[in-house]
Amino acid sequence: MTVEHTSTEPYNLPDERGHFGPYGGVFVAETLMHPIQELQEAYYRYMKDPAFLAELDYDLKHYVGRPSPIYYAERLSSTLGGAQIFFKREDLNHTGAHKVNNTVGQALLAKRMGKQRVIAETGAGQHGVATATVAARLGMECVVYMGAVDVERQALNVFRMKLLGATVVPVESGSKTLKDALNEAMRDWVTNVDNTFYIIGTVAGPHPYPAMVRDFQAVIGREAKQQMREMAGGLPDALVACVGGGSNAIGLFYPFIDELGVAMYGVEAAGEGIATGRHSAPLNAGKPGVLHGNRTYLMEDEDGEIIETHSISAGLDYPGVGPEHAWLKDSGRATYVSITDDEAMEAFHTLTRIEGIIPALESSHAVAYALKLAPTMGKDQKILVNLSGRGDKDINTVARREGITL
Amino acid sequence: MSRLTATFRALRQAHRKALIPFITAGDPEPDFTVPAMHAMVEAGADIIELGVPFSDPMADGPVIQKASERALAHRMSLRRVLDMVERFRSTDSETPIVLMGYLNPVECMGYRAFVERAKSAGVDGVLTVDMPPEESSELVSLLEQAGIDPIFLLAPNSTDERIRKMGQLGRGYLYYVSLKGVTGASHLDLSDVERKICEIRALVDLPLGVGFGVKNAEVAAAISKFADAVVVGSALVEKIEFAQGDSGRALDTIVELLKSMRTAMDASS
Repeated sequence: MTVEHTSTEPYNLPDERGHFGPYGGVFVAETLMHPIQELQEAYYRYMKDPAFLAELDYDLKHYVGRPSPIYYAERLSSTLGGAQIFFKREDLNHTGAHKVNNTVGQALLAKRMGKQRVIAETGAGQHGVATATVAARLGMECVVYMGAVDVERQALNVFRMKLLGATVVPVESGSKTLKDALNEAMRDWVTNVDNTFYIIGTVAGPHPYPAMVRDFQAVIGREAKQQMREMAGGLPDALVACVGGGSNAIGLFYPFIDELGVAMYGVEAAGEGIATGRHSAPLNAGKPGVLHGNRTYLMEDEDGEIIETHSISAGLDYPGVGPEHAWLKDSGRATYVSITDDEAMEAFHTLTRIEGIIPALESSHAVAYALKLAPTMGKDQKILVNLSGRGDKDINTVARREGITL
Repeated sequence: MSRLTATFRALRQAHRKALIPFITAGDPEPDFTVPAMHAMVEAGADIIELGVPFSDPMADGPVIQKASERALAHRMSLRRVLDMVERFRSTDSETPIVLMGYLNPVECMGYRAFVERAKSAGVDGVLTVDMPPEESSELVSLLEQAGIDPIFLLAPNSTDERIRKMGQLGRGYLYYVSLKGVTGASHLDLSDVERKICEIRALVDLPLGVGFGVKNAEVAAAISKFADAVVVGSALVEKIEFAQGDSGRALDTIVELLKSMRTAMDASS
């Protein structure tokens, strides 16, 4: 289905039942319907509550360190000889990535709802760390589910979460990665619904999660809009962000959806190449289905079983994608491209050496696409790239891949 | 009248309660399933819930998760489950079969193709764990046109409004999930379950089955005093797991458990 989005009707999705066109919705077992309805009510109420929003703004400013700056990458831009490249520096946030924007928001909501215990799923560990961080600050019990394979791959973040007082539960079922961690977190939630708030880390899950996480992350795009006007004299011509579940991308894109002159590029992980099947690019190579509470594009086999994904970046290693991205793809408002492990690695080194910024491997996918896009555009044009996280956590992965023992 | 409705009607006239075993199709291996279905009927099952394995069984505890993994290791799929139903049906035209699983394999096959094939195979009911009534209208109307009963779950925290809605939308029976949690969890409080079943009964006309946490004959008998059907899943699937691939032993132990439940239920009603 292709529907042209026009400026005459302002974008106002999802509908009241959480649908973005045919995507999104609430696909959960009956026991979760009640807590989800409770959460929907709290979300609709507090997102309009001035006291809640003031507390959120205060925390974003003084705890997270917002607004995050925009950096003009002058040397990189002149090297490429095309469009001027700007970075939204989410890597400078407390805990090192955009994830904390959302966990601060959801934890405040949990507090308002009187929940004493928070749970989360995590892949690379960034969302787990961001959740453990806010739980420590608010004195809440925190349990983080993490695939056993990821626990092994991301030992540093596991230790950070433990330092912060969280319990990290390795998940041994299924493929032992992020999707299985999400299943296990859902099982915990269904068992402990009365005292537990589930802090989902991306724009997936049943409604209201995709809309709620987007709204907490949209601070990225709101700031960027104003900053680009002040700093660069106008809105960018193109936005570029990496897409796993898609929270940093939707956070940047959302405030620009009605600005039809701004092109939007979501960058999925092509892993070892789309043709090899070893990738994490459902929007490029998957088909619509239902998983983790919503309808969206998925990576599945011919029988509808979810298949294992691959990416050098654990944060992009997920077989689904936020339903709003599915809709933005079908409607043609955003374009979804993909970048291989090798291309991301090359971009990682390029940005590190030319601008002195070590990007997360997730964000390196966005950087890599910007490196391709910029030379095709004019020098008077501007690309804004979301630098969603810093690369310190990935140093071991990079060293191992290059045969270096630290 | 659907086979499910007819079954419940006949049981009521005989003052008996329905015993509904659940096994995952293809666990521990595909050749086990159809003979096991017949054996369960002989052991006293009135209706069979056949689990369709899925890679991401979010609402299931470890026992049924592992059963799904064992079945998927044999490349079990929704299509092959439907073939099994057809084989079962060729020699048993009476026992209702309910498919229980997750929505994605059905989405992948396509609602229309699934319903046509389920109809021709002889499926009587479809319970899709992660498809609440709000998202079900398209599939439910196709099922109804085909004369297949859509089965819905009720939970301890379902509101009266939702219970009424499920009573209107559901056919065959309603499946009350006796505790907040995943399949196979423990700590079942029978007096809580009985109280809730009474509340639900005041709001809906459909027969009520109770499942999640039915571990032995004693619990089955206690539930059969106030519910119309007892669903036993994880306790059976655990027997299959303990048999460690010995199909003969798996079959003997599930038959033994079902017979003990049947006897205890009939004695208490």
